[in-house]
Amino acid sequence: MSRPDVVVTGLGATTPLGGDVASTWDAMLAGRSGVGPLTQEWAGQLPVRIAAQLAVEPTEKLDRVKLRRLDRSEAIALIAAHEAWADAGLADSPPEPERIAVSVGSGIGGAQTLLAQDDILEASGPRRVSPHTVPMLMPNGPAAWVGLELGAQAGVHSVASACATGAEAIALGLDLIRSGRADVVLAGGTEAVIHPLPIAGFASMRAMSTRNDDPERASRPWDKDRDGFVLGEGAGAVVLERADHAAARGARVYARLAGAALTSDGYDIVQPHPEGRGVIRAINMAIADAGIDRADIVHVNAHATSTPVGDIAEIAALRSALGNHPVLTATKSMTGHLLGAAGALESIATILAIRDGVIPPTINLDDPDDALDLDVAAHKARHMEVPAALNNGFGFGGHNAVLVFARA
Amino acid sequence: MTRDEITAGLAEILEEVAGVSPDDVAEEKSFTDDLDVDSLSMVEVVVAAEEKFGVKIPDNDVQNLKTVGDAVAYIAAQS
Repeated sequence: MSRPDVVVTGLGATTPLGGDVASTWDAMLAGRSGVGPLTQEWAGQLPVRIAAQLAVEPTEKLDRVKLRRLDRSEAIALIAAHEAWADAGLADSPPEPERIAVSVGSGIGGAQTLLAQDDILEASGPRRVSPHTVPMLMPNGPAAWVGLELGAQAGVHSVASACATGAEAIALGLDLIRSGRADVVLAGGTEAVIHPLPIAGFASMRAMSTRNDDPERASRPWDKDRDGFVLGEGAGAVVLERADHAAARGARVYARLAGAALTSDGYDIVQPHPEGRGVIRAINMAIADAGIDRADIVHVNAHATSTPVGDIAEIAALRSALGNHPVLTATKSMTGHLLGAAGALESIATILAIRDGVIPPTINLDDPDDALDLDVAAHKARHMEVPAALNNGFGFGGHNAVLVFARA
Repeated sequence: MTRDEITAGLAEILEEVAGVSPDDVAEEKSFTDDLDVDSLSMVEVVVAAEEKFGVKIPDNDVQNLKTVGDAVAYIAAQS
């Protein structure tokens, strides 16, 4: 049996730029920043007092009682998944449950629940700890809830590869369909760890921007004055579908997920390989997997998180693997870094760039790093035909995930 | 505390924990079959009831509390 084509038929997101895909995409194309000050009382003691918080609180989409048993990362995964499912036209006419799979991951998981329940344990004792604690904090919780609500019975999978999670979850979705284990996969990522402990941890690594007095300009990938990433929260989901299954039901197709590759650096727990070997290999493998001419890959939604080392290592790898022609963007300049959801949200941006023929801007790139010798859609969205594009996602642990999307 | 007062107190807890409308809460109603309170939410209801009514409801007894009336009687016997 020949390998089936896989297409994207639905998109969903809730992000620092908007409560759904349409508002997020509009804000991206307008070059708006979703970063703002952290005004919570606990933020005062932290070296980092900025973040990209959700534009629309989950309370506006889900009822109070349901939210009692959902970690924030689970709640937003559900919101994104339902949007994608409805967008694909599957909410009213769902496929056979045994042909639906879920691949939704999180970088950190239910940390807010863990920490909140620990506070309760310390203050009030074990009997007051919520009976929902474990299903709220377990790392497979978001995938499990999405699977439960969509009725997925072809397997519910939860990838965890730090900031590569969202992209890797989509790559796994591709494999699930190609291997014949599912016809439809709800794939994506979710993250909600805007809490003092994760922020303090990242800040202690010196990984985060401390541009507290100028939040909207803090996330500045490839700019000389970049000083670290800005933490964001949100969720993104895509519906992947076997192409003939989508065609048979007359589904609207956004793009084709043409190929993917996953590699691991085997180098350091947090530092990227200095020559980007694992990244170069992933890009080459993904392009080979997609069977697409390198020249047709005219756009890359880069991982570029605004850290001094990582941004430039990626540039070197892109130049080596692709050459000088692709137009890059770093949408994290606007959304902040959504960790485990980043690859999902950025895949959505990549897919819409292909559909609409417009590359969202990289804001705050006022004074480009001397090592940046590739074309970036700086400041303003760039209108151009995009036959095929890459989305990169890399994570602590040495995970590299590369996805190739192409016009259907 | 009267049985009606205990029922009203339980109704408040059930609304908070499980989203049950207070109008639906009556002594003959089953927690699981009529009010749709699942096992984890029942644990929350029990802990909240212990606090609200100043009683102890050991886990072994919880399984005998099938209806709102069962819970009301159990609480009334202790308070």
